[in-house]
Amino acid sequence: MTHLVTLPILLPLLAGGVLLLGAGWSVGARRALAFAATVALLPVALLLLERVADGTHLVYAIGDWAPPFGIVLVADRLAVAMLLLTAIVAVASLVHAGAGDDTRGPHYHALFQFQLLGINGAFLTGDLFNLFVFFEVLLIASYALLLHGLGPHRVGAAVHVVVLNLVGSALFLFAVGTLYGVTGTLNLADLARVMPLLGPDAAPLARSGALLLLGVFALKAALLPLGFWLPRAYAAATGATAALFAVLTKVGVYAILRVYPLVFGPDAGAAANVAAAWVLPVALVTLAFGALGVLAARTLRLWAGWMVVYSVGTLLVAVGLFSEAGYAAAVYYMAHSTLASAALFLLADLIARQRAKAVDRLDEADGMPHAALLGGLFFVIAVTVAGLPPLSGFVGKLMVLEAARTQPGAVATWTVLLVGALVVIVAAARTGSALFWRTVPLPADARVPALERRPVAAVAGLLACIAGLVVWGGAATSYAWSTARQLADPSGYVSAVLGADGNARDERRSLR
Amino acid sequence: MEALVAIAIGVLTGTGVFLLLRARTFPVLLGLTLLSYAVNLFLFASGRLVVASAPLTDQGLGTYPDPIPQALVLTAIVIGFGMTAMLVVLALRAIRDTGGDHVDGGER
Repeated sequence: MTHLVTLPILLPLLAGGVLLLGAGWSVGARRALAFAATVALLPVALLLLERVADGTHLVYAIGDWAPPFGIVLVADRLAVAMLLLTAIVAVASLVHAGAGDDTRGPHYHALFQFQLLGINGAFLTGDLFNLFVFFEVLLIASYALLLHGLGPHRVGAAVHVVVLNLVGSALFLFAVGTLYGVTGTLNLADLARVMPLLGPDAAPLARSGALLLLGVFALKAALLPLGFWLPRAYAAATGATAALFAVLTKVGVYAILRVYPLVFGPDAGAAANVAAAWVLPVALVTLAFGALGVLAARTLRLWAGWMVVYSVGTLLVAVGLFSEAGYAAAVYYMAHSTLASAALFLLADLIARQRAKAVDRLDEADGMPHAALLGGLFFVIAVTVAGLPPLSGFVGKLMVLEAARTQPGAVATWTVLLVGALVVIVAAARTGSALFWRTVPLPADARVPALERRPVAAVAGLLACIAGLVVWGGAATSYAWSTARQLADPSGYVSAVLGADGNARDERRSLR
Repeated sequence: MEALVAIAIGVLTGTGVFLLLRARTFPVLLGLTLLSYAVNLFLFASGRLVVASAPLTDQGLGTYPDPIPQALVLTAIVIGFGMTAMLVVLALRAIRDTGGDHVDGGER
């Protein structure tokens, strides 16, 4: 079963291809196939989780071309955790989309599968250029999903997203070219091996390549000042798509977490810790701005979009510490914030549909139908995203605070984190009361739209996963810590990919 | 020759960025295209510039070019082509839906 590593890529690829051919099938058949392919990702991710839990790196050389010549797929604790997270969110958003979003165009399910293909591929690849390719795969699918259903607001938001991401792709290629020109390799493990051996004349180029790459990842992760596109774009997408996009932002964070500790870690010679001076301050600014955006948002979907910016800021504060405790906090907070943002977008869509005329504007409106259930779900999600006990947001934030405590600049970090959390609590309370309390009572004979079961089930499922992060908090945090240890010590990754000795590569290098 | 290639890449990038900062979709599109030309040349150059070498390999020649940048450029061209096509369609759609070719939608 060594081919297991390829399944998270092959499964959506094949399912997407078949769905593309089956555009004329009945909705039920397309839904069934898409659902089967997506749900199948769960056992695959769990099987992989079992394999990597003891710290092994599953390395798969595509076409059996030995690394660093061929492209490798590498599954380690971080990658598999992300695969599992993606599968959970994907199943939830597909269930939600089953309530009608997926019938607005013939290719929704195919695009959804290609989106998963790109995301899973980006998590698994061990090669910088291959990462670029998977980024493009997930981006082109995301453009189409964002536009799904059309309308001027979607087209307008999509123009911004597409142009920005095309510039991002160009910068990515500049960075890749620079790093390849300096090191002669694009395999991440090989880059990590070569980086300390660089002479002083190559060092500035390697550093600028590394920082260019950071800019690209920051654009994908919506770090300020490159994140203004996010709230509008996510608010324009349909609920199920926006929920899946919650994973998309995390791909950028994942890329930072994958590349910088491994390739530009403390042992990287001239390019050592090149990102350390940048990520933390920028993340703090993002966090603060996200909190302000949450406060200022006038529709629920925009509110959810700014919440993503806020949570990415918090997440990258943890990453930006570049310490073992920081990585552990980042891994836990990543799981929490992905699930919470996805649930938030699904619920925002559900509420907008229930409110008919007022859609998701935060104004006085007719009374909310099914206010008890929807309000309850909103309350739980608000508690989670605001980081209040007892849910996972609190545990995650505590881990971030604890990791930042011993680092230089702890006072600034703590202040921004805590004040930001307060602002978000205020905003959540205000949004909740505007939605559910500032209402005109419904006339007794008003026609109440029936509550759609599938979207409610999707939100409830995500909330159950968030609760699971707390109930099995011991297991989750210990997994996060062991992932952090793996990230902080990249030698395991390098030797798993390249073998214990580096002779073969040195021969090749002398040929250049 | 290095200087010539570097200047060419620089001019392409500069023009591309200039056009990219315009507020209409068509110049933006042209800017992105120029930027992707610049990137492709840059990737080629990352395999080093050599005169009178075999295009791929040749018996008896001491130097042969690095094939990886060529493969990268090929991939980048294909992806860039697809993305540009996507943006053209999107820009046309935006003109129809928002009534103008301003990047923020509508006529300003």
